[in-house]
Amino acid sequence: MTAQLISNKAVAVDTWKTLEMADGETPEAVALPAGDVIFPLAVWRARKDEIISTHKRIGLLLQPDDRVEDIAADLDYFIVIAVNFPKFVDGRGYSSASLLRQRYNYRGELRAVGDVLHDQLFYMQRVGFDAYALKDDKNAAYAIGHGFSTFGDAYQTSTSQPRPHFRRRSA
Amino acid sequence: MYKYAAIDQQLVNERVAQFRDQVRRWQSGELSGDEFRPLRLQNGLYVQRHAPMLRIAVPYAMMSSVQLRKLAFIARTYDRGYGHFTTRHNIQFNWPRIEDCPDILAHLAEVEMHAIQTSGNCIRNVTTDQFAGVAADEVIDPRPLAEIIRQWSTFHPEFAFLPRKFKIAISGTKEDRAVTWFHDIGLHLKQQDGESGKSIGFAVIVGGGLGRTPIRGQIVREFLPWQHILTYCEAILRVYNRFGRRDNAYKARIKILVQALGVEEFTRLVDAEWVHLVDGPATITQAELDRVAAYFSAPDHDTLPAHDLVFEQHRHAEKAFARWVDRNTHPHKVPGYAAVTLSLKPHGIAPGNITADQMDAVAGLADRYSFGELRISHEQNIVLADVRKSDLHALWQEAKAIGLATPNIGLLTGIICCPGGDFCDLANAKSIPIANAIQQRFDDLDYLFDIGEIDLNISGCMNACGHHHVGHIGVLGVDRNDAEFYQVTLGGRQGNDARLGKVIGPSFSADEMPEVVDKIIKVYLANRLAGESFLDTFDRIGIDPFKNRVYEGRAHGKARVSEKEAA
Repeated sequence: MTAQLISNKAVAVDTWKTLEMADGETPEAVALPAGDVIFPLAVWRARKDEIISTHKRIGLLLQPDDRVEDIAADLDYFIVIAVNFPKFVDGRGYSSASLLRQRYNYRGELRAVGDVLHDQLFYMQRVGFDAYALKDDKNAAYAIGHGFSTFGDAYQTSTSQPRPHFRRRSA
Repeated sequence: MYKYAAIDQQLVNERVAQFRDQVRRWQSGELSGDEFRPLRLQNGLYVQRHAPMLRIAVPYAMMSSVQLRKLAFIARTYDRGYGHFTTRHNIQFNWPRIEDCPDILAHLAEVEMHAIQTSGNCIRNVTTDQFAGVAADEVIDPRPLAEIIRQWSTFHPEFAFLPRKFKIAISGTKEDRAVTWFHDIGLHLKQQDGESGKSIGFAVIVGGGLGRTPIRGQIVREFLPWQHILTYCEAILRVYNRFGRRDNAYKARIKILVQALGVEEFTRLVDAEWVHLVDGPATITQAELDRVAAYFSAPDHDTLPAHDLVFEQHRHAEKAFARWVDRNTHPHKVPGYAAVTLSLKPHGIAPGNITADQMDAVAGLADRYSFGELRISHEQNIVLADVRKSDLHALWQEAKAIGLATPNIGLLTGIICCPGGDFCDLANAKSIPIANAIQQRFDDLDYLFDIGEIDLNISGCMNACGHHHVGHIGVLGVDRNDAEFYQVTLGGRQGNDARLGKVIGPSFSADEMPEVVDKIIKVYLANRLAGESFLDTFDRIGIDPFKNRVYEGRAHGKARVSEKEAA
């Protein structure tokens, strides 16, 4: 699936490709492409040492049911972590992002991929995403112009604003 | 009541603009129907049987007369001149046009109202007791913390796309009137003796719910100091968001997760999560509690004698007034005052419905008799919470004139009822005509008063918006081969001893329902001992006598003859 990468509030060239396994391929045997590759968690687990020795820049793909606790010790290896939203109404990726940023202090690029749409960008930004693979048939310029600034403030703590509004009130 | 600060107004205004843009993009085809649907639901907008339905939040039941007049305006301008109060502190309009909804939301924003998160798989409106702040049995006023939870839950970025809807209720009284045992999170405010005097906190109940799989919640923490309620809710929600089922909408509520894991394991996961959040920045400060609590300070009550002579004279002289006082007024903390329930259950009207003219009139009553404020009860009535006893007679006469003084609060015809198959797309059966037929059958006030306290709750489907499981008599609409039938349960109840009713047996047709209820009542009347309520008698004699009477003359449904009786 192609997408339009939004990074730093602009459409960006995506240098990364995601390793997709065809039917019958296994994490143990699948060929590892060269270049900037985002690896599924199962491949990373099966081939970690090999990937580290062959790839300077490594990306990781997390599915909604992948547990971020399980890769907490590996986070320093990743330039990019892509969190997949198979459907935009599946909100597990928001918790994955919150945990990666707030609990495990992941500092690399955190990219939302899959069913990524204009109307979820505001929340995604709040939990700590900083790159968004907007679906191809959507208006990226309009999303960039309006999707991140829908609300000018927020009540709760989040990755982008660790202090709740009640601690920021003047008087 | 709470008044919006700058940020509250800003967010509501920005929500209107956001929704207006979403409707525009949906109309132009930029947003597909599937993409728009969850967005409109999170603004309370359903597409229903006849037209869209817009559900507007009345957070923790509080409303001002100004807000009610705005609802009257909306009912007249955009709907068919009426609205419907639900069992969860919402008002619904059944006939708006989708393209008008952004304007409706803009009107609401002018009076600090909204439809944010009144539907969809997100944290819904926080509910509480309609007598909060005035109830004689109140331990702690739940409204300040309810408002703080409302703010925390509004546009929470992590919890906007949960496995399923999520409902929180708070009770601050000795007797629970907020159905807390049947919410995703139920909170009981309580006081505990500590080293530095009394401290305030919550008993936290998780995993209750009515609906398709009714389950009573379980306590996950006996006492959580109030400062920690947001971080603790955050831990609960995070566990639910990550691990709640998403493969089957019927098994996606948190109650199913709690059942699957067991309450001990669920609690362990929550506590493991909470360790990382406790004492963090989301810990509520005393300054914030004080700021919000200041909005809920008691209105400027007069110093009055506990007994008002003129009121007592009217009460003795006029039976109709005495009956209304008996059923529709409630004890108040402050001497000389009472809380009043205006019944939205006059016989023959859809329970919970109110016309635009009645809304305007009630707004006037609130201004003249109750400091310009009112509340919505989960029993779908309106409460004026601060009325002088000396004003009760005048208020009663005015309420009577607008048809809102039926003295049936807590009686058989004060029915809780969902909109049912007449309006709702989810319903399996109509519910309003059943309520009306039962009201017609029991239209004799002497008889109703003789029967005494009894909750009759009707839902048109197993989603249980009419709370049928916790009715003393519960009626559930079911679909059998494309025909509408009704299953009856007995013995359910809300309150501290909340439990689910038991199914009496095979279901009935709509025509049979008044007769079925009549037979149930007759069994009670024939068996009751002096002073016994319906529930008392039911608990003493059990369900069998009711079965035998209701299914008398039928081949099925009667109780098996017990060995004792056979011998």
